[in-house]
Amino acid sequence: MSKQYETVIGLEVHVELATKTKIFCGCSTEFGGEPNTHTCPVCTGMPGSLPVLNKKVLEYAVAVGLATNCQINQYSKFDRKNYFYPDNPQNYQISQLYLPICHDGGVEIETEAGKKVVGIHEIHMEEDAGKLIHDEWSDCTLVDFNRSGVPLIEIVSEPDMRSADEVIAYLEKLKMIIQYLGASDCKLQEGSMRADVNLSVREVGAEKFGTRTEMKNLNSFKAIARAIEGEKERQIDLLEAGKQVVQETRRWDDTKESSYAMRSKEDAQDYRYFPDPDLVPIVVSDEWLEEIRKAQPEFRTEKLARYKEQYEIPDYDAEIITASKKMADIFEATVALCNKPKKVSNWLMVETMRLLKDREMEPEQIRFSPEHFAKLIDLADSGAINSTVAKEVFEKMFDEDIDPDAYVEEHGLKSVNDEGALRSEIEKIVAANPKSVEDYKAGKKKAMGFLVGQTMKAMKGKANPQMVNQILTEILSSL
Amino acid sequence: MANVISDETIDYVGILAKLELSEEEKERAKKDMEEMLDYIDKLNELDTSGVEPMSHVFPVKNVFREDVVTNGDDRENILANAPSEQDGAFTVPRTFD
Repeated sequence: MSKQYETVIGLEVHVELATKTKIFCGCSTEFGGEPNTHTCPVCTGMPGSLPVLNKKVLEYAVAVGLATNCQINQYSKFDRKNYFYPDNPQNYQISQLYLPICHDGGVEIETEAGKKVVGIHEIHMEEDAGKLIHDEWSDCTLVDFNRSGVPLIEIVSEPDMRSADEVIAYLEKLKMIIQYLGASDCKLQEGSMRADVNLSVREVGAEKFGTRTEMKNLNSFKAIARAIEGEKERQIDLLEAGKQVVQETRRWDDTKESSYAMRSKEDAQDYRYFPDPDLVPIVVSDEWLEEIRKAQPEFRTEKLARYKEQYEIPDYDAEIITASKKMADIFEATVALCNKPKKVSNWLMVETMRLLKDREMEPEQIRFSPEHFAKLIDLADSGAINSTVAKEVFEKMFDEDIDPDAYVEEHGLKSVNDEGALRSEIEKIVAANPKSVEDYKAGKKKAMGFLVGQTMKAMKGKANPQMVNQILTEILSSL
Repeated sequence: MANVISDETIDYVGILAKLELSEEEKERAKKDMEEMLDYIDKLNELDTSGVEPMSHVFPVKNVFREDVVTNGDDRENILANAPSEQDGAFTVPRTFD
């Protein structure tokens, strides 16, 4: 490659809001119901039905806008985006084109390339479509409208990103902010957060943008990174071969690690947007805006500062814990119960992180309760169970949220702290292993380890290790 | 009549609206649309600079619902409107995406 190229990327991120009901009707948004059991005349587009905006949707959208430094359009409206497809029973999607609720914001990201601000062009509210199920056996497609009308916000960035690293940092940042707000759980795999990538390449130093393509169907951070690399190379290859990039929508196939064209600009749809006459304008008063602003939760920066002051845990620990709202919630709730911040932090930083990685889980999927976690810490901290047993019980609690007190009781895992019982067991072991005693006397300190091991084995792992060491040293030196 | 609707335009509008028009219908629609555009031109003679476009005729704003589930399972009634159904779902001719 003779020329140097730069990649220019902008994102359209759809986020499903965590409301109980749909955006324009009182149907449940609960996931996984039987087909069409969460539907009504409004979300199936029956003639004469009338949509009414869910107030919570507006409040979440404004809260996300404020948290991403956007301007709020205090006068906002809905528009109809017209297209024919069976997932859309009205033949139009209710969205916002002319006066989106939020505009001109941005978030700061940090990558190896340094810190930068990624601009947010706008955030608008809209409704999700139904789900199409292709029946293998008959020549038809089944339509389930349970998702139809589920509230979404679409966050449109400026073309400010230059690498897959920056894209992922931006998505992680959005996800964290929205989770802190409780506005969505932002799960890419489950589709509650979806990203479309607009990408073009240009020669380094060029002022004009190249022709861009839009990529859809990206449902993990890894798929996004791979799709960006793949598309960048495809476009550079075209340019190097003297060809043109065609403006089109492409669908990423992560198993094949390649994309294919869905539709080109020639048959790009003309959506004929116009104001939705069924939905009256929204006016957010200064007072209301102030109320939403005041109700914003404590974000990561403030949390970090408070943790350092209130809990005296290392900066590094505080950064890791506050990177996920779920981790921070568990940390605070558990500390409130056991009052041992350093211990709680250690268990989160070491064992929890290890198990999350091992089970390929996100912190949001943690199931154990702060009550059980606090009990486990108290058991380990008081010496009631030794550290090996504690790790074992923690793992059980991590997987099944068992009650550590009951579990330890039931499986007889309590440490043996009875000195008399321990001493008589150790005496037996010392008597049964004269060779090791001899080695120890001859200066082979390793022999001590063997004797400790034998004792733990005899006590089924439940002996208090400090006590075993202490008694064993006493006995050996008295011989 | 100042405005002229071309054959390409009427075909394009037909595609967008998913309408198949006969030649006779096309000619009639072209004439109607030309008249509408002429009328819009007439309206455009008025100076509206500084006037906000109006999207709603009534002075009503902020009509909301609270986020409370009010609808239960009404699948039977909803599907009663379906021309064809299978396994609790509406069925449509096979789509590819």
